[in-house]
Amino acid sequence: MLLKLTCLIPLFPLIGSIINGFFGLKIGKKAVGFIACGSMTLSFLTSVLVYVGYLMLPEGQHVYEQVVWTWFGASDFNVDFGFQVDPLTLVMMFVVTGIGLIIHVYAVGYMQEEFSYYRFFAYFNLFVSAMLLLVMGNNFLLMFIGWEGVGLCSYFLIGYYFEKKSACDAGTKAFIVNRVGDFAFLLAVMYIFNIFGTIDFTEVMHAAPEKLIYAGEAVTIITMLLFVGATGKSAQIPLYTWLPDAMEGPTPVSALIHAATMVTAGVYMLVRCSVLFNLSPMTMTVVAFIGGGTAIMAATIGMTQFDIKRVLAYSTVSQIGYMFMACGVGAYTAAIFHLVTHAFFKACLFLGSGSVIHGIHGEQDMRKMGGLKKHMPITYWTFLISALTIAGIPPLAGFFSKDEVLYHSLMDGNIIFWGMGISAALLTAFYMFRLVFMTFHGESRVDPSVHPHESPKMMTMPLVVLAGLATVGGMLGLPFLHGWHILHNWLEPVLHFDLANALQHSEHMLHEAGRHAPSWAHLLEPKEHNGWIEFALMVFSTVVAITGVVGAYIFYIWRPDLPEKFTQGQWGFDMVQNKYYVDELYDDVFVKPTVEGSNLLWKECDAKAIDGAVNGAAKTIGWFSRQAQTLQSGFVRNYALFIVVGFISLLLAMF
Amino acid sequence: MLENSVPLSHYLMLSATLFVIGIAGVLIRRNVIVVFMSIEIMLNAVNISLIAFDNYMNLSNGQIFSFMVICVAAAEVSVGLAIIIALHRNKPSVNLDDFNLLKW
Repeated sequence: MLLKLTCLIPLFPLIGSIINGFFGLKIGKKAVGFIACGSMTLSFLTSVLVYVGYLMLPEGQHVYEQVVWTWFGASDFNVDFGFQVDPLTLVMMFVVTGIGLIIHVYAVGYMQEEFSYYRFFAYFNLFVSAMLLLVMGNNFLLMFIGWEGVGLCSYFLIGYYFEKKSACDAGTKAFIVNRVGDFAFLLAVMYIFNIFGTIDFTEVMHAAPEKLIYAGEAVTIITMLLFVGATGKSAQIPLYTWLPDAMEGPTPVSALIHAATMVTAGVYMLVRCSVLFNLSPMTMTVVAFIGGGTAIMAATIGMTQFDIKRVLAYSTVSQIGYMFMACGVGAYTAAIFHLVTHAFFKACLFLGSGSVIHGIHGEQDMRKMGGLKKHMPITYWTFLISALTIAGIPPLAGFFSKDEVLYHSLMDGNIIFWGMGISAALLTAFYMFRLVFMTFHGESRVDPSVHPHESPKMMTMPLVVLAGLATVGGMLGLPFLHGWHILHNWLEPVLHFDLANALQHSEHMLHEAGRHAPSWAHLLEPKEHNGWIEFALMVFSTVVAITGVVGAYIFYIWRPDLPEKFTQGQWGFDMVQNKYYVDELYDDVFVKPTVEGSNLLWKECDAKAIDGAVNGAAKTIGWFSRQAQTLQSGFVRNYALFIVVGFISLLLAMF
Repeated sequence: MLENSVPLSHYLMLSATLFVIGIAGVLIRRNVIVVFMSIEIMLNAVNISLIAFDNYMNLSNGQIFSFMVICVAAAEVSVGLAIIIALHRNKPSVNLDDFNLLKW
């Protein structure tokens, strides 16, 4: 039975991590790289076997669960250490192991000159293991373990260059900001247990329509808490500020953790809990608004940054905003579709930027690049393909996934969401090509002492593979051929939701509670798939994407003096370039009061009140001791006298 | 066993007198050797009362106990005299009040 192999998938990277972590320094760089990539390969191959095994499941069975052992149990609270394999897990599993493998290979080349090579790979493998636990766990608590595990590895890897203060600070920031979200997530899990008496995904999702009232308080609180958890991990408003700073880590880390996998964990979680979210229209609206808002805001900031990796970081935030918007309008398939294609092209973009940085010896400022096209052709072409993909030029993968998101935001949401999405698409095309033009085209502004060179094969091969995936990835979800949408059909069992049934249960529950159920009839009207609107939207968004690219061309190739003119002295531009002063705001509102409050507690409360009380007590006792010490005179006869006096007084007391 | 020869109270008075003499010696005298002898007197005062009670109660425990006390006293003498000699080597004096260094 091939599915029995499931538990091995996260085990391989874990073993690799342990070997590299404990013996990495002794076994040498080659062995470390071999073990890291080898464990990923094994993990990937096992995923393929599990996929084959899954396909052989009998008709009608969509979930395979493997309980490895019972983790702990306390009366009616039982948590299994178990994995589940269903279509959604399989998609995520392939993204994590597949892209993880490619990036591991790249990292072997990229990190070659690092001293603590083994440390990097130990963390990197551990990350993959935790991420697999996150997507494969069969209950909320196991998912939470993975959730915390990836956060921890992210912290380790952002602070990889721990000699640099900024890297340490960025790591700490990521960790602390994530903690806010994690706390909400944990609260949601507790609430879920409180209501359902179990935290197993299958059981909770099955029981949800019967136990939760549609649009009721409980489900809204649960989903809101889950969503806050997701905003932390997936860098959405208001908890997105850590992601751009996380670019302090090595580039493969940015590619794997902060673009392809970990930051999409929030989207995965939302889709995994789609049943709960479907029951709470209010949360859905909030999710869509936050997603759309993040998409636009991050895109505007991305337009003004000069650090190549920061632009990509804001682009990631913006694209994840798209995914959340898709979730918010109920288009979970579109969200996962965009997640997958985004993993392809964003990983490729990050690795490409890493190749550029590698080629010009660590320079990240785009103002000191330019004209690199002829020096690094492979990097250029793969980067260009990915940039076209993210900009949404047909027939590349990003075009299909983005259009699906846009189509659903118009049809299932409303025109505001679509407006947010399409403006973000325009900005995306602009800032991506600003990046391409500033880096690869025009005149070289590279430091004359630096000789740009193409990266070694070990690094360019992964780029080519990822660019290829970014090109053909759109096949997963071709439009027009409705009913042939591969991903949609594939995910159907996971996303299946019977609204009519849920509403019936809710009405019943409300009646029992003696309350009147509102009219939900309009919710049940069937929605038609309108191919013509979709086609029109596609044409429109293609035009928008091309406009963005042309705009970037005008600004950065044709008339390079224009950006200066437009931005000089504009307060609006300054505001965007300074990231809307959100970091400063958070500093003032959260960080500084905390620091000052702590200082106050330290100097006033701790040093004065507590230390004063403790020292005062000691001083008082000391004073009494000094009075008593005169009794110890050193004259033996004195002591003898005390003994006699004491004995006599005892005798007197007795009689 | 002698009947009514010397009453118990006489032994006890002797014992008490010797004990008080010992205490007085310890408290009043300064010569280390004398103090030491006074302690011995106290021990022997206790021995007298032990034997007296032994006889009075018709038991043998008191005798055994007094042998124990004599043994302890002998041991104590050897240790005590050794200490006195050691003290004398450090400070040529037998005046107890000269040895008052061990204090706060």
